[in-house]
Amino acid sequence: MQTVLRRIVGVVAVVAALALGTSAAKAVELTMYYPVAVGGPITKIIDGMVARFEKDHPGIKVKPVYAGNYDDTRTKALTALRAGQPVQLSVLFSIDLFELIDQDVIVPFEEVATSAEDKAWLKSFYPALMANSITGGKTWGIPFQRSTIVLYYNKDAFKEAGLDPSKPPATWAEMIEMSKKLVKKDAAGNVTRWGIKVPSTGYPYWMFQAFAIQSGQELMNQAGNETYFDKPSVIEALQYWADLSRKHNVMPAGAVEWGTLRQDFLEGNTAMMWHTTGNLTPVRQAAKFNFGVAMLPASKRRGSPTGGGNFYIFKKATAEERKAALAFIKWMTAPELTAEWSIATGYVATRPDAYETPAMKKYSADFPAAVVARDQFQYSVAELAVHENARVKKFLDDAIQSVLTGAKSPAEALKSAQQQAERVLRRSR
Amino acid sequence: MAPRDARIHVYGWLLLLPAAVLLVTFTHYPTIASLIDSFFSTPRAGRASRFVGLDNYALMIDDPVFWKVLWNNAWFALGTIPASIALALVMALWVNERIPGRAFVRMAYFTPTVLPMIAVANIWLFFYTPAYGLLDQVRGLFGAPGHNWLGSPDTVMWCIIVMAIWKEAGFYMIFYLAALQSLPPELKEAATLEGAGRWHFFRRVIFPLLMPTTLFVLINAVINSFKLVDQLFVLTKGGPDNASSLLLYYVYEVAFSFWDTGYAATLTVVLLLVLIVLAIGQFFYFDRRVHYQ
Repeated sequence: MQTVLRRIVGVVAVVAALALGTSAAKAVELTMYYPVAVGGPITKIIDGMVARFEKDHPGIKVKPVYAGNYDDTRTKALTALRAGQPVQLSVLFSIDLFELIDQDVIVPFEEVATSAEDKAWLKSFYPALMANSITGGKTWGIPFQRSTIVLYYNKDAFKEAGLDPSKPPATWAEMIEMSKKLVKKDAAGNVTRWGIKVPSTGYPYWMFQAFAIQSGQELMNQAGNETYFDKPSVIEALQYWADLSRKHNVMPAGAVEWGTLRQDFLEGNTAMMWHTTGNLTPVRQAAKFNFGVAMLPASKRRGSPTGGGNFYIFKKATAEERKAALAFIKWMTAPELTAEWSIATGYVATRPDAYETPAMKKYSADFPAAVVARDQFQYSVAELAVHENARVKKFLDDAIQSVLTGAKSPAEALKSAQQQAERVLRRSR
Repeated sequence: MAPRDARIHVYGWLLLLPAAVLLVTFTHYPTIASLIDSFFSTPRAGRASRFVGLDNYALMIDDPVFWKVLWNNAWFALGTIPASIALALVMALWVNERIPGRAFVRMAYFTPTVLPMIAVANIWLFFYTPAYGLLDQVRGLFGAPGHNWLGSPDTVMWCIIVMAIWKEAGFYMIFYLAALQSLPPELKEAATLEGAGRWHFFRRVIFPLLMPTTLFVLINAVINSFKLVDQLFVLTKGGPDNASSLLLYYVYEVAFSFWDTGYAATLTVVLLLVLIVLAIGQFFYFDRRVHYQ
C-alpha cells in the first residue's frame, strides 16, 4: 500500500513538473541556409546581423548555415526538406523560383504577410528585382543579396594606354577598340595583360543574358515555359563574345574562370572585367590601383540581367515559425540594414528608401561606383528563370562553353540548346 | 533435426545478423530499389510517378551527354589505372631498399592519400590557374606561354588524370610495400648466386609473387576510377561543355541538381552493371595467374 501511494505521488509530481515546464515560453528556432557567391567575409557579416536580430527579438533564435554556392544551397535545402530535417527559410537563387514552386516547398508571402503594414512592405522593393520574385500574381521571394553585372576597369591601365580614364566603353565597338589598346605583351609576344575578361564558368548563362539583352532579345518568357535561344540577335550576341578571343584577341581562349577572375583583375592580368557588383567591396579593399565601375556597354541598347538570392519561406514551417521567419526577413530588409549590407558587400540595396539613409548617402558621395548597379536597373531584365531551370540552364551553359572553346559555331550550339530546352519545357505548358 | 542442431543453426544466423543487416540496408536494398526506380518516371508537380518500362533507358541511349560521360570515364580509367599501379610498384620497390631517409620518403609518398580530396583539389586549382598558377609560373621560367589548363577541352582530362594518379599511387604503394616485405630473402640470395639480373629477377620472381596484391590493387583502382569524382566539384564542375564530366558526377547532377530521380536511377544501374562486369572479368582473368601461398 505504502509503495503504491509513493508511486502515485511520484507520477503526479513528474507530470506537474512537465506541465509547468511546457507552459514557459520556448524560443522559436529557425534554421536558414544561405549561399556565398562573392568574395569578402560574408559569413562573418551574416553572423553579426543575426546576433543583433536575436538581441532585438529574444523569442526567436536563428541558425544561419553557410551552404556553398547557389546550386549547392538549393541542393542542400531540397535534400533537407525531403529528409525531414528542420529548415524554415533560406536564401536561394532568385531563379530557382519555378523549381521550388514545382516541388511545392515554398509559401507565397501573401499568406504570411497579412497585415496592412506587411502588404505595404511587400511593395517597397525595386520592381526590377521583383521580376524574379512574382509569378501568378503572388510574391514568392523577397530580394536580399541582389546584383547586376557591371564593368570594372583599371583606370591606371587606361592612362597607360592613352585612354581617358573617365570614359569607359559605352558600346560594343568601343569595348573592342579600347581592349585592343589595353592588351600588353612581353618581349616574347606572350600576353601579360588582357583587355577584357568575361567569365564563362560558374554562371555563363548570366553573362550571356547580358550580351543577348544588349543585342535586343530576352531569352525566356515571363511564364517560364518558353525560351528563345536561337533567335538571330541571340546568335549575334554569342558570336560577339566568341570573337573577343577568337578574332580580336583581347580575351584569352577557352573558359575564363569565375572564381579567380577577381584576383586576375587585382593582379593586373586583365584591364577590364565583367563581374557581379557583389564583388565591389572586396575589389575596393584589395585594389592597389585606381579603378572605376561602369554600366555594361550597349549594342542596340544597354542591359544586364539582375542576379542574386531571395529569401524564401518553406511550407514545412509551422504557423509560428512562419511568423518568426517573416519577422526576421522584415528586420533584415529594413532600410538601414539593407544599406549596411550593400556597403559591406557591394550588392545592390534592394529598396529605394535604403539609398535615402544617411549612411548610404555619405557612402555613395564618397564612392560613386556604389550606385552604378542601381542606376543600371532602368535597363535591367529578369534573370533566366524557367521550369526545370537547372537542366535548361545547363543546356545553355554547355552551348556557350562549346562555342568559346571552339568546338561548335554559335548558330549550331544555340539551335541544339533551344531544341533540348523545347523538349523539356513542352512538359510544363 | 535434433533440437540442439536447430539451436546451433539459430545461433549461427544470429551471429551473422548484424553484418547481414548492414549489407542488406546499404548494398542489396539500394541496388534493388534503384533498379525498380529506373522503370518509373520521376514525380513532378501535378504528375505522380508511373511505370514507364524501358522508357528511361531509351532516353539514356538518346542522350549525347551520357555517351560523352561514358567515354570520358573510359579514358579516365585507362589513364589512371596502369599509370598509378606502375608508379606504386616502382615507388614500393624503391622504398623497400635501404636508402637514407627511407621513412621520410615513405611518408612523402603517402601524404597525398591522407589529404582530403577537396583540399587537394583546391591546391591543384591553384597549380592549374592560368598566368599566375604554379604550373604556368614554372613554364614562364622557360619562356613558354601560359595555358588555360582547366578551361580547354583538350587538356582538362589530362589534368584530372594527373591529379588522380598523384593522389592514388601512394595508397597502392603501401600494399605493394607490405607484400614485398613478406617475400623470403632467400629468393634474392638464390638469384644472385645464379647470376640473374635485376630485371630478370623482378620479372620472373617478384612480379608473379606479387600477383595477389596486384589483383587487389587492380580491383581497387577500377572502383576508384569510377568513384573518384570529388575533385570535379572544385576544379571544373564537369566542364567545359562536359569535357571532364564522369559518370558518377553526371548521376549526382541529374539526381540532385535536376531532381530527375527516374533518370538518375537508370544511370546508377548502368554504373553498377559496368562495375560488376569489370569485377567479374578481372577475377576470371587472373584466376590462373594468381598464386596464393
